[in-house]
Amino acid sequence: MSRENVLVSAEWSETNLNTPGVVFVEVDEDTSAYDGGHLPGAVKIDWKQELQDQVRRDFVDKAGFEKLLSEKGVGNDDQVILYGGNNNWFAAYAYWYFKLYGHENVKLLDGGRKKWELDGRPLSSDEVKRDATNYSANEPNTAIRAFRDEVVDAIGSKNLVDVRSPDEFSGKLLAPAHLPQESAQRPGHVPSALNVPWAKAANEDGTFRSDDELRTLYRDAGLDESRSTIAYCRIGERSSHTWFALHELLGLADVKNYDGSWTEYGSLVGVPVAVGSES
Amino acid sequence: MADGCGAPTQSAPLPANIDLTTQVVLAGRVTSGSSPVGGAFVRLLNADGDFAGEVVASPEGDFRFFAAPGSWTVRALHRTGNGQAEITADGPGLHEVGITVG
Repeated sequence: MSRENVLVSAEWSETNLNTPGVVFVEVDEDTSAYDGGHLPGAVKIDWKQELQDQVRRDFVDKAGFEKLLSEKGVGNDDQVILYGGNNNWFAAYAYWYFKLYGHENVKLLDGGRKKWELDGRPLSSDEVKRDATNYSANEPNTAIRAFRDEVVDAIGSKNLVDVRSPDEFSGKLLAPAHLPQESAQRPGHVPSALNVPWAKAANEDGTFRSDDELRTLYRDAGLDESRSTIAYCRIGERSSHTWFALHELLGLADVKNYDGSWTEYGSLVGVPVAVGSES
Repeated sequence: MADGCGAPTQSAPLPANIDLTTQVVLAGRVTSGSSPVGGAFVRLLNADGDFAGEVVASPEGDFRFFAAPGSWTVRALHRTGNGQAEITADGPGLHEVGITVG
């Protein structure tokens, strides 16, 4: 897997804002940033309202994804460039989701909004309206999505990578430090999981670390590259960032994102849970 | 659906539900010269220099973290320049720290 196939730079993006067939999409949980200023021409996707099923705990189904992208004016042949705040967490989640539904021509803007803003590149608050399309999605590719039973079965046999902060991993906190503490019934982590916080895969400007740095990071943490891997966090977006690093940048063959993550696992009855800083 | 991981909107007055007898709150303002700087990316780093959290400062430059007692670095990134400051929180309460950038 080559970095150029999955990432574009802010510089490339700025010169391709008006390129036909290239669609920029900002993805965030809090879309107020988009409303205040976005890449000129970019459409927005609201992670919570538009990518999640509003009744069941799951993401939108194939028909829902087709309807969403058709309304956003994204065509099957378009090259989609995703970016967002929070060091591209939600954009990485959307990337994984686009791949899941078979949209191969999708890339991340390396560094997301942060890099764009730090570079002082232009933002626009103009309303963006694209003509509707008739988007057609594939059946979901579950080769990249892990479900809870696979996670239980992976204990001690596959790489489990917990990308939350050390305090969440050890069970001291149930959510990141800047958020209200909520969600799972029990704190802790999946036994045998390695703790490699997502932030270690990123530079401070939000861009991904180099392939060599990433390889060293996961190898030093104890990741066995000959085994399959499942990444998880609390709700599946930070682990999408790590899934991207492992699967798309380092090219590891069998890497799944467990989007149920700790909010699901930590509330399951009867599954093994570990606390403390050890795997 | 569980709430996501986006940071809550940053603003100077503490929300009413924050109990300063139990919470360790690190808060402050990003400035350049005598002017507040809005929109900086403010990163919280622990005593080992490891990343612990990040928020975007409000238009008035205000930021806030909920942390644990200990020594912390707050580091602001902005298109006009970066800056950082150290702060030690010995226990619950409001611990204020300013960051100058540029």
